[in-house]
Parts: sequence; structure tokens; C-alpha cells
Amino acid sequence: MSEKLLMKGNEAISEAAIQAGCRYFFGYPITPQNEIPAYMSKRMPKVNGLYLQAESEVSAINMVYGAAGAGARVMTSSSSPGISLKQEGISYIAGSELPCVIVNIVRGGPGLGGIQPAQSDYFQSVKGGGHGDYKLVVLVPSSVQEAVDMTIEAFDIADMYRMPVMILGDGLLGQMMEPVVFKSYEPRQILEKTWGTTGTEGKRKPNIINSLYIDPKDLEDKNIERFERYKYIEKNEVQVEVVDCEDVDIVLIAYGTMARVVKSAMKIAREQGYKVGVIRPLTVWPFPTEAICKVARTAKAFLTIEMSMGQMVEDVKLAVNGQKPVYFYGRTGGMVPTPNDIVEEIKKISGGEKL
Amino acid sequence: MTKAFERPKALADVQQHYCPGCTHGIIHRLVAEAMDCLDINGKTVGVAPVGCAVFAYNYFNCDMQQAAHGRAPAVATGVKRVHPDNIVFTYQGDGDLAAIGTAEMIHAAARGENITIIFVNNAIYGMTGGQMAPTTLAGQVTQTTPYGRNTQTQGYPISVCEILATIEGVAYLERVSVDNVKNIRGAKKAIEKAFRYQKEDKGFTLIEILSTCPTNWGLTPLESLDWLRDNMMPHYPLGIFKDKGEDKA
Repeated sequence: MSEKLLMKGNEAISEAAIQAGCRYFFGYPITPQNEIPAYMSKRMPKVNGLYLQAESEVSAINMVYGAAGAGARVMTSSSSPGISLKQEGISYIAGSELPCVIVNIVRGGPGLGGIQPAQSDYFQSVKGGGHGDYKLVVLVPSSVQEAVDMTIEAFDIADMYRMPVMILGDGLLGQMMEPVVFKSYEPRQILEKTWGTTGTEGKRKPNIINSLYIDPKDLEDKNIERFERYKYIEKNEVQVEVVDCEDVDIVLIAYGTMARVVKSAMKIAREQGYKVGVIRPLTVWPFPTEAICKVARTAKAFLTIEMSMGQMVEDVKLAVNGQKPVYFYGRTGGMVPTPNDIVEEIKKISGGEKL
Repeated sequence: MTKAFERPKALADVQQHYCPGCTHGIIHRLVAEAMDCLDINGKTVGVAPVGCAVFAYNYFNCDMQQAAHGRAPAVATGVKRVHPDNIVFTYQGDGDLAAIGTAEMIHAAARGENITIIFVNNAIYGMTGGQMAPTTLAGQVTQTTPYGRNTQTQGYPISVCEILATIEGVAYLERVSVDNVKNIRGAKKAIEKAFRYQKEDKGFTLIEILSTCPTNWGLTPLESLDWLRDNMMPHYPLGIFKDKGEDKA
């Protein structure tokens, strides 16, 4: 498939997973990601794959654990409250070093929240979410095409590092239609999954999938080993787009669909004579700390824009590390900042109105 | 010289951690014997629970996954759907299966998931120190029912086989006990039959095994066996609760 297709974000993510060789999908209904299970239930049987609707998100993620442990490429998807339910399983998957892809089409929270787009699951995705010392690679697409490319890559990243990878989108991305092309891609080099529970066939020692280490030294060693891998990922897997940040006063930072609004704001602000650039993380873990830190030497101030009460802004502050002021503007609960809202913030900062 | 008795091939040659007099050791052996008997060791994937049997992944000579508390049937579903030719079993206690894992159990059964659950019912949470379980009998004293389980405030024990018997996807359900030699032999036959049904793609199978917990019951191993017979058996009668039959596929 290389022709241009018009697809909804959720459907495009589903097709991308299938193109990446995912043949097992375990889901549970929740808005605004319902097109993913719907697409999978239609498409999986055509490619000898499995769509299974679990009795809960808790169960779905544990099916993912079982299938991943058995060596399969496997995916689940949900939205914020459902992702909260999956956190137990995600922690076990991370602790047992299993690869899988988890899609979170974020809606407003907390609690039942709303069904409109939000970015208020940043902390949950990037800082852990479940219990224990672990990370997810978190990819944040801002277009349907990028969602496709990232979903395909997510399976390779998961397999390569034996860890869960999250596609963190929002209701906008999931619901909007855009043209996409399913390009052929160069798969990464991935080691054979010799660790899977496929049955010993009497030919090898039993494989055990497990996250329990009753001896504290063993558990510490395991965590240290995992974090050594995380260091490598932080060096090698950061993706970031830096747009016109040389010689600017204010750097706007946003991810996902928010970054598209921010780019429009940048254009308007530049037309009005403000010197602004944009940094857009494509991975929020690993976070593009270095790129931000570098720009902080020349820029005068940073403005982080999110569809939340301010979550990624904490990572931006850590990256800027006190070199320059970091401001925040956000809307939440499903409200989306407009380009003009952002331009107003730029004006306030430039005029010294904003603290 | 012929060897009359030896360790089953499917049982790992390691020291188990169970308390003296606990019947988990017997049940592990029966599961391993059934695997040997059907020669499915190389095809079997077991799922260990949270609870006393949490280390079961070290005790069987087959591939194993360790599951979160109650989630073993969901994990087993994932394994089985990827490798339908594998024999997949979970090994779960009463707290794991019938409290926190009730949804996973019932829906695996409803899907007719072609897995086998080895359900060890000793009417108490063992690993955590003897708290009330979903199968704790009315009046039974535990760490969290120090005055005996009061059904007015703490509810009634759950009968797993009776509940699952109403579900269409279930192929075979039997409640057995390991309190004496005759019953142990019956338990082995039941486990073997469940694995055989799974091999024949018959659907969901569960063997409930009445078991003892001398440590948390505060009884000697022998007294525990009496307590099982006198108290558990009247409430949890042994027998077959569902059997789709040997020949029906």
C-alpha cells in the first residue's frame, strides 16, 4: 500500500499496527478510541490475526502480558480512565521486560472527566503511571501520518528494548481525518525472541516470564540493569523537531496536536514582529532535554503550551535548568488553546506582563 | 530392578517453600504427574498466581509466566491465543481466583477459553498470614474474622464450581480433595482429564481442589485434614459439576 488514503487517526493507527506485523489486539470500549477496536475486529480476521474484546481494561492488558510473554507482537488501546486501569499490567510488563504497544487517546480528566481531547495524562505516561522503577518510551504524534509512522516504529522499539511503548495521542488526533501513506519501512534489527513461553518441546530449559525478585539485591540489580538500558535509550531514541530557534526571544514548546496550533501561533506572532521559534518533542520519554538546553543559551524565554494544567512544563524547566524563565499556558478539560490565545501570551511575556 | 516411585519429570528438582503439612506439594505433584502421563511437558505453559503458589514458576519443568493477583486467566488467554497448540494452565488460590480475579475467571469461562484452571481452595489467604478469603466458611476464625465470619456483615462463602456450572463455555468442572489416598487418586484423574479435554479443544476446564492450611488454620497437619473433612466438605461437596463428555468435541 503506497497510495494516499484518507483515514481517521484511530483507524490509521490500527492499520499501521497490522502493517507492523501486530496480529494480536486486546481491547475494551471507551471513547474516544472506539474506532481502534472496531477496525481491529474487522481487519484482524482477514490477516489471520486476533481481535479479542476483554471484560475490562485490566484483563485486556493482562492478555497483552500473556501474548507478549509468548513472543507475539501485541497491542492494546484505550483512553485515560481505561489507561489508569491498565497501569497494574503495564508495571508488570515493564518489570517482566516484555515488548508491547499501548495506545492512549487521551481525554479530559481526572475521574470520568470528559470525552474531549486533552494532554493531562502526560505525568501518568512519562513519570511511571504504575508502581515501581520503570519507564515507557512515549511517542507523541501530531498528525495522522506521524501516528502511522510512529505506530510502526513503536513495535520495533518495543522489541528492540523489550519494553512497553506508548503512543500518546488525544481525541483530536484519534478523530480527525487526514491523508496518509503507508510507506515501506526499513525494520530495525531485532534479536530472535528466544525467551518466549512457547513450550520447551524438550529442547531447552523452561523460559520464565516474571517480575518477582524476592532477594532485594536481585531486584536492585534488575532495576539498575533496566536503567542502564534507559540511559542508552535516552542517548539514542530522542526525537525532536526544532523550528527556527536561532536568534529568537521566545521558544514555544508543545507536543502532539497542540504543536500544530502552536506552529500557527508562531506564524502569526512572526508576522506581527515577534521573534519566536518552536520546539516540538516527538518523544516525551526520552525527553529532548539536550535540544532545549542548547536553545536556552540563546533564547530569552520559554513558553510551554499544553492541553492540561501544566505537566510537561516541569520537564521543560528541568531542561532549561534555570538558565531562562519558563512560562506556561494551558487549557484543560477538553478546551483547546487557539493560535490567538497563544499570541496573546507571547505579547504578555514580551511586554513583561507575565511573571 | 524396576523403579516403583520417582519424581515426575514435569516437577522441578528444587526444594519447595511450602509450610510443613500444606497440601500444595501434593497438588503440584499431581499436576506434574498428569503432564507426564499425557506427555505434554514440552507443550505446556503454566501461569503462576500471587499467593502461596507465587513461586510455582520455579517448581514445574515447563515454560511459566507469573501473573498479577487474580489475572492468571487473562494471562493464560494471551498465551493460549498466540499458541493454541500449547497446553496452558493456571494455578490459583481462592483469594486470587474467587475474589480479586472473579471477573477474569468468569469471562475466561464465558469465552470457553481452552485453558485449565487448577483452583486450590483452602478457605483462607495463606501467604499474607491468614485473612478471610471469599471461600472462608461462615463462623470460620481468620486473622480478619477474629470473631468468626459473620455472614451478616462479612457475607457468604462463594462456591466457584456451582457458579461456573451455569456457563455455557465450560467443558469440565470437578471438585476434588487431597485429604486421603482415595481422594488424591481422584484428584489426579480429574486433572488429567482436564488436560486431556484441553488437548481435544473442548473448552474451559477447572478443577477445584479442597486443600489445607495448617499454619493459618492453627491446626496440626492431621487435624487440618479432619477439619477439611468435617467443615469444608459439607459446604463444598465433591463431585463433577459439569462435563461436556469424553466424545463430544
